[in-house]
Amino acid sequence: MIKLEGVQKYFGDLHVLKDIELTVTSGEKLVIIGPSGSGKSTLIRCMNLLEHPSAGKITVDGVEITSPKAPVTKVRQSVAMVFQQFNLYPHKTVLENLTLAPIMVKKVPAKEAVESGLYFLERVGLSDKANVYPSQLSGGQQQRVAIARALNMRPKIMLFDEPTSALDPEMIQEVLDVMVSLAKEGITMVVITHEMGFARQVGDRVIFMDDGYILESGTPEHFFVNPENERTKAFLSKILSARK
Amino acid sequence: MGGTSPLAWFKWQALFSDWQVFAVGFGETIIISALSLMLALAIGVLVGVLGVAQLAPARAVNRVYVEFLQNTPLVIQIFFLYHALPHIGIMLPVFAVGVLGIGCYTGAYMAEAVRAGIQAIPRGQLEAAYSQGFTFSGAMRHIILPQAKRVSFPPMTNQVVNLIKNTSVMAMVAGGDLMYHADSWASTTLHYAPAYVVTGLLYLSLCLPLATYARKLERDLEGGL
Repeated sequence: MIKLEGVQKYFGDLHVLKDIELTVTSGEKLVIIGPSGSGKSTLIRCMNLLEHPSAGKITVDGVEITSPKAPVTKVRQSVAMVFQQFNLYPHKTVLENLTLAPIMVKKVPAKEAVESGLYFLERVGLSDKANVYPSQLSGGQQQRVAIARALNMRPKIMLFDEPTSALDPEMIQEVLDVMVSLAKEGITMVVITHEMGFARQVGDRVIFMDDGYILESGTPEHFFVNPENERTKAFLSKILSARK
Repeated sequence: MGGTSPLAWFKWQALFSDWQVFAVGFGETIIISALSLMLALAIGVLVGVLGVAQLAPARAVNRVYVEFLQNTPLVIQIFFLYHALPHIGIMLPVFAVGVLGIGCYTGAYMAEAVRAGIQAIPRGQLEAAYSQGFTFSGAMRHIILPQAKRVSFPPMTNQVVNLIKNTSVMAMVAGGDLMYHADSWASTTLHYAPAYVVTGLLYLSLCLPLATYARKLERDLEGGL
């Protein structure tokens, strides 16, 4: 579903992604962990070309998106992204946030987009908020709207860039619950998170990144029972003790 | 002339009996203002958006346009259109010279207001739009510009005030506008003072409400953030 081959990314002199080789299969739930500045956010942003890799090849759903002639906007329609800062459209109501891109970009009939929008709002437990503006919602509610907005594009792949990192602690669970219920469906998910419980519960595979490299890859069990890399061990012990 | 006040009553009487002269000029000024405002807005949005484009040549077009038009006098631009273009066979009626000259000049200021408005919108908005498959122009139209409007409107309204006042340079090329009519009436009758007082009040009647409105928009913006 997603394939990265020999991907490098530089910001000026800074080498942030180094020799990335990664394949995400259809339906897989991939969790990316690692310290801040390790390149994980840049990695996920390469998957929908919000960042262009400096070298290497990325294929998404059979399309080589790094080729100069790639239909990037077309590919992005089936690769939804949920951001750390939600990035809801503040001048639109919640329902309009969900229907804008389906109607304007995918040319879905308005009635249909509204119906499916209301369905997904119900899925995230916010049916009663359809006509309010994002600024009237809590952070957790805004992120659930952002997930519903992503879903209303009917994507094949969902990318989550630290979806709970900007939330107050008491709101993290409501967002994770929505993501867990999503994971039960066939959709391919790539999730950057520090929530180890979530990684363990839904992750098919976890990769650990540090200093631009993918240092370790394995099942959640492998990571939490016997990680091999010294830096993985140090990171995990730090993050797990911080949660206690 | 000796001994009579510049604002003597008989001069006012003469002015009021010739009121149509001022009315015609006032109407012409409003029409030129309206048309050049439309041109300025179109240029402002287009050139302003170029100023935030990813492609460097697009941004270069924005800079060259804005710097060139903002840093040369409007009078030269008008004179160029009126006196220089005929030498290469382009003979524009003076009305078109006014609309084109003032519209292009004000467009540069509008573009700066639009660019500043866009740059006030967090980067994440454009990224969210891109991630949903919007093109650059689609994202601008549906997501960025509607939000940038709030920030751009107060300075744009101030530019409308400048635009209206700047139509008075048309008088230098026999433009048929308010200033031209007032000036030609005054130099015929020699009743300069009443002519200029009335003309000034007519400009004030257009500009003061707009300036007040701009200040209200600025206050609303501060309250809203």
